[in-house]
Amino acid sequence: MSAALVATGLSKRYRRHWGLRECTLEIPQGRVAALVGPNGAGKTTLLHLATGLLRPTSGVVSVLGRTPDDPEVLHEIGFVAQDAPLYRSFSVRDLLEFGRRTNARWDVDLATDRIERLGLDPGQRAGTLSGGQRAQVALTLALAKRPRVLLLDEPLASLDPLARREFLQSLMESVADSDLSVVLSSHLITDLERVCDYLVVLSSARTQVAGVIDDLLATHRVLVGPGRDVERIAGVAEIVRTSRTERQTTILARVDGPIADPSWSADPVDLEELVLAYLGAPDASALPPPSLARARAEVSR
Amino acid sequence: MIEFRLDPRSGVATYLQIVHQVRHAARVGILRPGDQLPTVKEVVGSLAINPNTVLKAYKELEHEGLVEGRPGVGTFVRETVKAPPPETHAGLRRSLDRWLRNAFDAGLEEEDVRALFETSVRDQATETVA
Repeated sequence: MSAALVATGLSKRYRRHWGLRECTLEIPQGRVAALVGPNGAGKTTLLHLATGLLRPTSGVVSVLGRTPDDPEVLHEIGFVAQDAPLYRSFSVRDLLEFGRRTNARWDVDLATDRIERLGLDPGQRAGTLSGGQRAQVALTLALAKRPRVLLLDEPLASLDPLARREFLQSLMESVADSDLSVVLSSHLITDLERVCDYLVVLSSARTQVAGVIDDLLATHRVLVGPGRDVERIAGVAEIVRTSRTERQTTILARVDGPIADPSWSADPVDLEELVLAYLGAPDASALPPPSLARARAEVSR
Repeated sequence: MIEFRLDPRSGVATYLQIVHQVRHAARVGILRPGDQLPTVKEVVGSLAINPNTVLKAYKELEHEGLVEGRPGVGTFVRETVKAPPPETHAGLRRSLDRWLRNAFDAGLEEEDVRALFETSVRDQATETVA
């Protein structure tokens, strides 16, 4: 089964700077993946490359095993751009009609049901919708295509907490209903923790962390211990971040066994701590072993 | 039908919170044999969580024998929670009391004991999960 999204050595150069540089990552199908990283890390560029809105300067991106210049794959992708742009003068009804005419596979019932359940007036113009309503309409348009991969660029950024929750509720219902793969970029790590099961941390130059969130949380600990130089602690595979006072050392570490040394206490980490620790330590990384397919591709190159 | 709620500050994994709530409801009789659990779609529609989290919780409960999944229909409570017999508690309590005396004799404070106990419980729990 080909991955939902694969990037191999993917780079995009804008006039003066790199939007994305040598990005390599693989997001398996059937996941709800969070794409996080600081501003300018290339999240939007990556999503625009995946949908074919931009062409790579070098490298390859593919969705479900096909590059976006293959028109077939565009039917499989649902995309909601940042701030959910809609034609402002179109009514909700016009937008649905536009979607129906421009998409070969369009689920009229899904679209009308969703608009009805959201309590929206089909005659209302898009320009007068609230931020939350606009996001929901944009999601409806993307879902009615019956895509197999849904790409969402900062879908929560401009929503208030209630609209954010409603958006995530209906997104999760759609995932429960079909075997949809989702990639969503966001700054709001705490909102993602319950929704996403796969994490990709993109930092300035590369993919820094990628993996199943449960596995990542299970293999990272915060260790608190004595304030001396840390040589080696049994059970620690890699130290991600260290902070120290005279008396105490706090370490966020990737572990590969129990921490038996009684001078260290080991506590679980939450997703936000984990992401922030990696973003603050650009040299550390937690990546899955390269998949067979990619290993093979690299051998044949 | 029961409704789940999540405590984001508990530090307990989301799927485990669901497992605990079902067990608790079955133990106190809110859920009885034959009762249906909310569908995955209902749970994710109210809690805004990943469907796989609910599936994981239900699979765990199924594995314990507390519920059974009927394909295409839903997940149903099979039996009430089997608690170990009271004499098991009494025996464990005696060995815990002995251990506590040793700990206090060794100079540990109540807080140390709690921290130690919690760490141990957590480590055991992650070992069984993994």
